[in-house]
Amino acid sequence: MTAMIRPTTSTHSARFRDLLAAEWIKLWSLRSTWAAFALILLAMVGLAVHAALATHAGWPDWPAEQRAARSPLWDAFPTEAQMFVVLAASGVGAVAIGGEYASGLMRTTFAAVPRRSAVAAAKLTVLTGVLTLLGALGAAAAFAVSQAILADVGANMSVGDPGALRGITASALLVPLCALVGMALAALIRHTAPAIVTAATVLLLVPTAVDEDERWSALLRHAMPLPAWQRLMEPTGPPAWLDNPYPATVTGAWTTYAAWAAVATLITVTALSRRHP
Amino acid sequence: MTGSVNGMIELDGLTRRYGRTTAVDDLTLTVRPGRVTGFLGPNGAGKSTTLRMVLGLTTPTSGTATVDGVRFRERARGLRHAGALLDAADVHGGRSARAHLASLARSNGIGAARVDEVLGQVGLDDAAGRRVGGFSLGMRQRLGIAAALLGDPPVLMFDEPFNGLDPEGVRWVRGLFRRLATEGRTVFVSSHLMGEVEHCADYLVVIGRGRLIAEESLDEFAARVGRAEVVVRSPEPAILTTALADAGASVRPDPAGALTVTGVSAERIGELALGLRIPLHELSPRTASLEEAFMALTAADVEYAARESR
Repeated sequence: MTAMIRPTTSTHSARFRDLLAAEWIKLWSLRSTWAAFALILLAMVGLAVHAALATHAGWPDWPAEQRAARSPLWDAFPTEAQMFVVLAASGVGAVAIGGEYASGLMRTTFAAVPRRSAVAAAKLTVLTGVLTLLGALGAAAAFAVSQAILADVGANMSVGDPGALRGITASALLVPLCALVGMALAALIRHTAPAIVTAATVLLLVPTAVDEDERWSALLRHAMPLPAWQRLMEPTGPPAWLDNPYPATVTGAWTTYAAWAAVATLITVTALSRRHP
Repeated sequence: MTGSVNGMIELDGLTRRYGRTTAVDDLTLTVRPGRVTGFLGPNGAGKSTTLRMVLGLTTPTSGTATVDGVRFRERARGLRHAGALLDAADVHGGRSARAHLASLARSNGIGAARVDEVLGQVGLDDAAGRRVGGFSLGMRQRLGIAAALLGDPPVLMFDEPFNGLDPEGVRWVRGLFRRLATEGRTVFVSSHLMGEVEHCADYLVVIGRGRLIAEESLDEFAARVGRAEVVVRSPEPAILTTALADAGASVRPDPAGALTVTGVSAERIGELALGLRIPLHELSPRTASLEEAFMALTAADVEYAARESR
């Protein structure tokens, strides 16, 4: 006679919290995560310092109009820094899902947790949570350091000034937003490198090919994350010299953020649940 | 569905098609607890696809696969119901063995102490902190087995677990499978080589081209397919051959002078020789190996056969 082995089905064995912890372990046990996080922080803070120092050096010689046209936010969050952020953050997202598919680990994961939508939700929660914190940390540090440098010549702004908090928040949230886009593309493509290339193309290259001359192309451009971020970096609206017939709005920019995040989340959950690992 | 016994894997009309190819064709069978069931078939017979469907990783085109009477996709967590080693490569090479198991364990609410326990069980304690990317195939197989054991499940499935193992590893794995079965678990082990499972399996399921070819105990299989031959050596092969042919045997001489005789028993051959006063230098009964029998059984269903070169 053989003893019967019964599965221990305690109610607490299916806690979502455990899935979050499992994804947390997965995230931190990869070296590429650490490298990408370091790159994001270094780029945000380092390039803010670089930009602020350049302004600091030139400021005494700048004519009044140039001083007036310049927002201190642009030194806190220079576009070069966001290029790195977009690449690194979308890369982290792509690796989190693409690496799991490409290695075959996704099969092991889904055999252990057959409820795939729960796995997807845990991955999304952990990654966006961690990257939101990282983005907030980087944005706050970049703002503080750059404004401290600019204060020396009186060219700084404070958090309380109009548009300052909005600029910090938009720069912070760009990090998890790009990670979500990376995850969604990796969930569709299921290979890390092509997902990273596609993410860079969609997030960085496509906006450069779309101008704002026509109503439809302006709308298309405003519906993309990086132009939306740029709009949120303009405390007093688009600069007057641009003379844009179809200007972007702040509400529109936030809507773009929200829509991309929602669609990316939906794609990730659906692709993970439906397709064979 | 009839009441399902704990720990049973049940396939009912299980079918999976990929385009015009049918990988698994109307497979109906039950894998029972308390014994090691060998799942045999040539490469491409549909073994891996079947195991993936049991685990809910591949959706059947038709039919069902259940563990404990429940389709695996309906489980919230899997490790306590079934543990599986599908492919030793299904890990991320950038993580340490311990981190890999820790995240799996945690996802199923299994304590961290269990991770060290299974690492010890498979002999990977010393390599626990090393990145899996640097592991040999044998070490990865052990890691995969450790992952299967994590949830202490009543059902265990192993797809080609002997690949990459050294002889010591093979012996250890066979012993492990026997022990798991003795503990009352269902142990389902796929292989394309009879020799790998004949020393640990009690029961066999043989498939070819996705279809069930045989389902019986190892003993029944051996009795059914084992072709008895007798090798005879004598200084008077010509006389003996005539006498054996008269007795209804078929005789095949080999260049070394020995006769391979089928159709009569060794006892009968001995009596015949005594009657003719012919000395015998050898009289050895031989059973065709199970491997040969298995090859003969599945020959028609081999998907990728090497053609003889001309």
